[in-house]
Amino acid sequence: MSSIMKATTDNGLLLPVPDQDGAPFWEFAARGELRVQVCGACGRLRFPPRPCCPHCQSFDSAWRAMSGRGRIWSYVLPHPPLLPGYAAQAPYNAVIVELAEDPGIRLVGNVVAAPAAALNSVDTSRLRIGAAVRACFHEIPEGVTVPRWLLERP
Amino acid sequence: MASLKDATAIVGTGQTAFAKRLDDPEKTLACRAILAALDDAGIEPSEVDAFASYTMEETDEVEVAKSIGAGDVTFFSKVGYGGGGSCATVAHLAAAISTGQATVGVAWRSRKRGSGKRPWTDVHAQLPTPAQWTRPFGLLRPADEIGMLTRRYMHEYGVTRDHLFNVALACRNRANQNPAAMMYERPLTREMYMTSRWISEPLCLFDNCLETDGALACVVVSADRARDCRRRPVYVHSVAQALPTQHHGMVNYWNDDPLCGPAWTAARQLWKTADITPDDIDVAQIYDAFTPLIPLSLEGYGFCARGEGGAFTEGGALEIGGRLPLNTSGGGLSEAYVHGFNLITEGVKQLRGTSTAQVPDAATCLVTAGEGVPTSALLLRS
Repeated sequence: MSSIMKATTDNGLLLPVPDQDGAPFWEFAARGELRVQVCGACGRLRFPPRPCCPHCQSFDSAWRAMSGRGRIWSYVLPHPPLLPGYAAQAPYNAVIVELAEDPGIRLVGNVVAAPAAALNSVDTSRLRIGAAVRACFHEIPEGVTVPRWLLERP
Repeated sequence: MASLKDATAIVGTGQTAFAKRLDDPEKTLACRAILAALDDAGIEPSEVDAFASYTMEETDEVEVAKSIGAGDVTFFSKVGYGGGGSCATVAHLAAAISTGQATVGVAWRSRKRGSGKRPWTDVHAQLPTPAQWTRPFGLLRPADEIGMLTRRYMHEYGVTRDHLFNVALACRNRANQNPAAMMYERPLTREMYMTSRWISEPLCLFDNCLETDGALACVVVSADRARDCRRRPVYVHSVAQALPTQHHGMVNYWNDDPLCGPAWTAARQLWKTADITPDDIDVAQIYDAFTPLIPLSLEGYGFCARGEGGAFTEGGALEIGGRLPLNTSGGGLSEAYVHGFNLITEGVKQLRGTSTAQVPDAATCLVTAGEGVPTSALLLRS
């Protein structure tokens, strides 16, 4: 994860800058696993990760593997002005996916045609709230892996 | 229990010109606005003993105090979360003055957002913890973050682009009456709105606030002192700050109900400590960095039921003579975007009867701060 000291990829996309709470998420992602923090005492999932459980105040936690299935909760199509790396692919989609395991766990991401495809690789007319998606992983050249989303019915 | 109700009043307001580019630096603009506000109040700068501003304000109280010639200062505070702090600056001064910690308070905001850099272009400062969960995926700007909530809002409740246009139009129409507004001579039509470029679909150019250089300030004193000031006092009737349970800032995607924002929390506190209800409000200055914040706030502050904010805007409801005249200086969308401080000063002007788009006999005004972030609000009365 040393490459995270860089702010952007060579083509100008922002790299995630994990904090201590979030670091495990990115480490699991690098292994192709989508995991979400779960309370070790009451068993409730929580996202974004944080030091203790807001429901039972336990500091005991683990990271539970998710199925990677979910549905689009909402999406936007950003247009310029944007950072150059994003402007080059605009308009692209940014989506929120609610996970099948718990619709209250929502991840921001991009729907793409294939794991390594561009942010604008899916025709925006294919996007709709409620559409089923599944996670894939893309290792960008800088050594960081980001989760991305594929339409179940492209 | 001690109460802030009507214990303090805003007795002076000041502002600089508003423009895409002003030559003066932010510190100079701050001093000009503050000195104008003190002159408006008829209070000497040497009497100022309290300051409040935003954490994003780059001129600190040390610089301001020594520049304007303030006396010994015994209270100073800064409020966080960008535009969410606007009304809280006045609230903090009201609390300090009504509890004897100070006697003459100045709140201000000076910002060169028109000619300066856009905060979201900084690739190194991903300061808010949620940035790792959003920015790498191209959710870069506040417009993208609020656009995400807007599409969900439209999906769940049938809010339309025409509803958002109603908001943009009401603000523009008021700006067209206000010579100080950046959009004074720039009318807006539905065709212009519907054919404008996207910024972050579903939000178009006219759903976004302006980019402005400018500064504003106001002066707060006790109700007793206010009666001796130059202008008619505008009383701080009720105040609230709001950080709702499980709130996550502008990317509020992770609680049970992301469309129920900080406005709801602020409203509960505001109305609980007030003698009036939403039905009693004559005019409202509601934070409008983006048009959808208006229908969402109308719901949160109790002017209509959940999901009815879009429909509320129909039939000219937000225009002068409508059910709830809105942002009568033009607001952030069409007068100036200075983190909402112009909404406070316009509220004061309405209750003095000196607005350029005066609501006849306005006696009560709701002023709100940035919605979608930890926020604040004021009820003002004449």
